[in-house]
Amino acid sequence: MTLNSSVFAANHLPTWCPGCGDYGIWTALKEALVKQGIGSDDGLVVYGVGCHGNMYNWMNIYGFAGLHGRTLPVAQGVKLANHKLPVVVVSGDGDCLGEGGNHFLHAAKRNPDITVILHDNQVYGLTTGQASPTAKIGFVTKSTPDGAVDAPINPLLLAIAAGATYVARGFAGDTPGLIKLMSDAVEHKGFAVVDVLQPCVTFNKVNTYQWYRQRVYRLEDEKYVPDNKMKAIERAMEWGDRIPIGLFYKEIRPTSEDHEPALTGDPLIRVPVASEHFDSVLQEFV
Amino acid sequence: MRDSIIWKIGGEAGFGIMSAGTMMARAFARVGYHTMVTNEYPSLIRGGHNLITVRISPKYFESMNREVHILVALHNPCIELHKDELNENALVVYDPKDHEWQASDFPKPVHLLPVPLMELVNTLNGSPVMRNTVTLGVTLALVGADFSILESIIRDQFKKKKQPVIDSNIALAKSGYDYVKKHFPDETSMYLSKAEKKEPQLILNASEAVGLGAYRGGVKFAAIYPMTPINSVISFFADHAKQLKIVYKQPEDEISGINMALGASFAGVRSMVASSGGGFALMVEGLSLAGIMEVPIVINLGMRVGPATGMPTWTEQGELQFVIHAGHGEFPRIVLAPSDAAEAFELTANAFNLADRYQTPVFVLTDKYLAESHWCVPMSHFKKEYTVERGKMVNESDLPADRSYKRYRLDVDDGVSPRSIPGMKNGVFFSNSYEHNEKGYVTELASERVAMANKRLKKFNAMKKDVPAPHVYGDKNADITFVSWGSSRGPVIDAMEMLRAKGRTANLVHFTWLYPFPEDEVAKLLSTAKRVIDVEQNASGQLAALIREHTGLKIGEKILKYDGRPFYPEEIVEGVEKSL
Repeated sequence: MTLNSSVFAANHLPTWCPGCGDYGIWTALKEALVKQGIGSDDGLVVYGVGCHGNMYNWMNIYGFAGLHGRTLPVAQGVKLANHKLPVVVVSGDGDCLGEGGNHFLHAAKRNPDITVILHDNQVYGLTTGQASPTAKIGFVTKSTPDGAVDAPINPLLLAIAAGATYVARGFAGDTPGLIKLMSDAVEHKGFAVVDVLQPCVTFNKVNTYQWYRQRVYRLEDEKYVPDNKMKAIERAMEWGDRIPIGLFYKEIRPTSEDHEPALTGDPLIRVPVASEHFDSVLQEFV
Repeated sequence: MRDSIIWKIGGEAGFGIMSAGTMMARAFARVGYHTMVTNEYPSLIRGGHNLITVRISPKYFESMNREVHILVALHNPCIELHKDELNENALVVYDPKDHEWQASDFPKPVHLLPVPLMELVNTLNGSPVMRNTVTLGVTLALVGADFSILESIIRDQFKKKKQPVIDSNIALAKSGYDYVKKHFPDETSMYLSKAEKKEPQLILNASEAVGLGAYRGGVKFAAIYPMTPINSVISFFADHAKQLKIVYKQPEDEISGINMALGASFAGVRSMVASSGGGFALMVEGLSLAGIMEVPIVINLGMRVGPATGMPTWTEQGELQFVIHAGHGEFPRIVLAPSDAAEAFELTANAFNLADRYQTPVFVLTDKYLAESHWCVPMSHFKKEYTVERGKMVNESDLPADRSYKRYRLDVDDGVSPRSIPGMKNGVFFSNSYEHNEKGYVTELASERVAMANKRLKKFNAMKKDVPAPHVYGDKNADITFVSWGSSRGPVIDAMEMLRAKGRTANLVHFTWLYPFPEDEVAKLLSTAKRVIDVEQNASGQLAALIREHTGLKIGEKILKYDGRPFYPEEIVEGVEKSL
């Protein structure tokens, strides 16, 4: 039987607002998993808390819907216990860069073999519209009635600087492009970040589908080669009339799991509990 | 001949004092003595005053007492700070180059033993840090021990170093030994009586015992952010990760630590974290997550003086009520508190079985006194039977092909539903921080919420069959009944011995299993006691409060200590006499 995205169908229907960017991301994720041959029983999605996180209710695959901001530590723990299990993190700009900002930096530095889909809409939707860490200066929200004053976090710059080994940006209105980026990210052996520009039709009236469509361009169309950090940083800083999407940076570096001497063979979950070294360890204390 | 010697060595941090203490304890334990090592130090790496105390006796004992028989000073503050604690006729070893001490500098008569430590080191081309080795030789001569016992310890201690390092340390120790034999040949007042050779003894701190217990318990993953006093747990895992096939990961903070450990446990391996109160405070949200997701986890909390950063390198039993009540929402947990390194090993191994059996967090509460003191534990204690019991883990082949498996099924008497792990065919479920139904999907329906909350709370009843009655030490009909928990046991037991010598009878109702609380047994034990005295290392009597909460019994008399130093048994005896 060939795998198709219907295996992920659950008995719940989405509760996202009609037109939400989450639909495009959800569709792309399912197709990307299928492309990588990952079915319901074969992988894990770790969800944060936010509108994005509600996805697990209509996504039939092993899921861990944890605490706000803590997706990446959970995903790393899973990966160290079972490094053969594909792990995707579904997180948001508030979850991953606000509450979980420190975890994001350290995950990038360690390079675990995890893919992060970062829902980037500049607002906290689930709490009805406050500014998120990526909110641009001047953005009016419930928590910034006179416009946001703090400089926004740029997820791509942060990921590149901290050591992520696959850094991409997609647009929720471009499902085919997203499928490609997500599929490649899952395939990439290392910490892969896919920042997804996502219109919030309810709480962000500035960065609409229309707004993005007028501005986004594909890096690949400009023969951009994603192998240079400085060039990637330059492109990552481009934001205005032209907004790049696609793969910004990629490198192959040993993963967090590669560095663990206990993980050279079977995953830990398959290693039987053994006490053959117990006597020799006891002897160290005599 | 003496049947107990207390030896103190003090100097600046970085003088190798801690290793001198454990080498001393190990040397004597190998030939049959019972030993114990405690340390006192400020929170810094260089300078300050560090003090190691070693007690050596041919007989078993449980704690340090307030005596000092030999003081070895590697700098002047050691004598200034401790001269008032010395026994009459104690021996004081110092380098006359540091200061020419006079008998009149001391409140009681002492024997002054100037030993040119630095000169001996220089003669043999050693470095100043090697004075500790010289003092070991000095001490062996002063207690009338054979030099060979030290020689074998030095060989083992430096076995990873090159032969010249070993030879040089042996020569230095020997020079100290010979110096005493030559210049103080009549100094035999501290000679120790001979010990019977026993089975091999391990000299280890309770954090190392937690590590050993975890390994025995089949731990595969630990995420631990550094914090005093549990750093030896990290060293144990980091040093043995490769050999024992364990992953130790240093997280960016304790929040990450507990979430990593929960991820690993959810994925199917036994996992743990360790921290002190401040680090655990950061884990509290994760604790609550383990509660609702029903993910097994073992948490070693090494208590130290709080609140906040408090006195980071000093001991306290201040976190009992904290761990019982930590976490938002209501969910079951188990709280264990070992009394020494032997129990730290045993309870940690058991904690993993309990965590799996009830799919819930289990605490192993140690403290700085336990975690950084070195204890002497017979080898046979570690070789007791232990079986890894993973509880209700499903076999992949038993999962129904119609995909009807429900991770959080409600029809379980003990509240524990069979677990699948991610990657198993037909075992899909959602581990959910939100309240959920049997499959793990979010729910806010009143009936489903109540059913799931009840399922989790059923575990409390199921656990009751595992809850042991508190241990009673001493005569059941004694005049005085002490109650204590965790590390206070040793000083209380030794105090009972002292009281007996004064013609008073005492027993001890001691808790190592604190939660769920064994209320029926405790009510029975305490309601017939003549005079109950609560002994704890905290300022409010947290065990007494727990007893009152669960039995209604109010304990009026309390002996509480919260200055960061462990109890001396004498203080407990004084407490008994004072409150008469």
